[in-house]
Amino acid sequence: MRVLPAGDRALLIEVASGEEAQALHAELLRRRASGELTAAEIVPAARTVLLDGLDAPARLAERLVSWEVPPAPPRAEDVVEMRVRYDGPDLADVAAHWGVAPDEVARIHAAAEFRVAFCGFAPGFGYLTGLPREVPRRATPRTAVPAGSVALAGPYTGVYPRSSPGGWQLIGTTDAVLWDHTREPAALLTPGTRVRFVPVGAP
Amino acid sequence: MTDRALVVVRAGALTTLQDRGRPGHAHLGVPRSGALDAPAAALVNRLVGNHADAAVLETTLDGCAVRPRSAVTMAVGGAPCPVTLDGRPAAWGTQLWVPGGALLDLGPARSGVRSYLAVSGGVAVERVLGSRSTDLLSGLGPAPLTDGTVLPLGPPAMVHARVDVVPHPAPPTELVLRVTPGPRDDWFTAAALRTFTTHPYTVSSASNRIGLRTEGPALERAVTGELPSEGMVLGAVQVPPDGRPVVFLADHPTTGGYPVIAVADPADLSAAAQAAPGTPVRFVAVRRRG
Repeated sequence: MRVLPAGDRALLIEVASGEEAQALHAELLRRRASGELTAAEIVPAARTVLLDGLDAPARLAERLVSWEVPPAPPRAEDVVEMRVRYDGPDLADVAAHWGVAPDEVARIHAAAEFRVAFCGFAPGFGYLTGLPREVPRRATPRTAVPAGSVALAGPYTGVYPRSSPGGWQLIGTTDAVLWDHTREPAALLTPGTRVRFVPVGAP
Repeated sequence: MTDRALVVVRAGALTTLQDRGRPGHAHLGVPRSGALDAPAAALVNRLVGNHADAAVLETTLDGCAVRPRSAVTMAVGGAPCPVTLDGRPAAWGTQLWVPGGALLDLGPARSGVRSYLAVSGGVAVERVLGSRSTDLLSGLGPAPLTDGTVLPLGPPAMVHARVDVVPHPAPPTELVLRVTPGPRDDWFTAAALRTFTTHPYTVSSASNRIGLRTEGPALERAVTGELPSEGMVLGAVQVPPDGRPVVFLADHPTTGGYPVIAVADPADLSAAAQAAPGTPVRFVAVRRRG
């Protein structure tokens, strides 16, 4: 664990892997809930967790390094299931990368259990880990990816909450509403949420 | 019942609604947003007797014009600009009594970039995650204003104004940003770190509410790999592949994949919000507090 200061009120904590970052995030949330930690923002990412809005970051940094971080516990709530039509325009490209038939992509994807590692890019956009294979981004990003597109890039799966430009490989579509600010909570996916994709309809 | 509404007659280049933003949702990918020159927004709210979290109009360079449907108190602050009420000169930086149907016009900024217009009662559009701020990065909150937009106003708060007039800010001839190094200063060469705090930069015209972009010497990286996405703070000085530092402002993305060489003191960001393109910028290394 490496603790890097980010200005006068924040610490960026760097760990060795995505799993460690998820475990650290869970532990920091637990400590904030118990009152041991006061932070305005706890922002997990690929290999880091950012603590922002700290009163005494230097003192916290000294304490942090001695904290035991148990593996991320499974969250109590149910798994979020998202119904997916595996009809994306990049199915064939992904299948070619993996050396499998296009309908195998759907089978592999729907068989995995995912976990939201972190959010970013857009409100409600989660970076989901759990896919046993990786795939590169598209060489040329699309100027508009439709809302509800189920997409892959690197080790991550994501679902576009709204239409936006994007360079991920599109493998399917879901009607799930990823973000609705009139709903409580607004985001369907938050860091730590477990997710499964359920195939629907004919290919 | 009086019609408490404000008609936008001329929206200007970019006029948005801003309050104190929606911090606390960065883990969901939601930017903090809020008025870029927060002290200026707070002052105009005080002048009209609003609570500090009331939504105000934030203009960009060329002002805007509005017509209230019923009598209201207004105040203009931030970037100094000519103000007229039905074509007659009116005061900047103090309370203005504006009758229903009258036209209040904020002209182009004489110096600075962003003027603020507060209306008694505040603009009362729907809140999104607790805030009425327009977020230009992710599209949360009300869209930027257009000619003809009708904005509902809240009931006057009756908070007694504790100020009658605000001090006129001196036009910033140079933007000085105090920075502390890191978290990714070790991704840059020693020469780049020296250049960063010794060579002058200028504000780029590509600056916006997301970031203050700069022009000047490119900062060379010592580590050339890709940085996995990591959380970003307000004031982070990110260095994209072109090597020119970008200072993150209120609508900044919550995570990013370019290394942050240093973090600017948030207290200096209201000056950054008023630094017009071409303004010289100096990054001055200071000791970390806390």
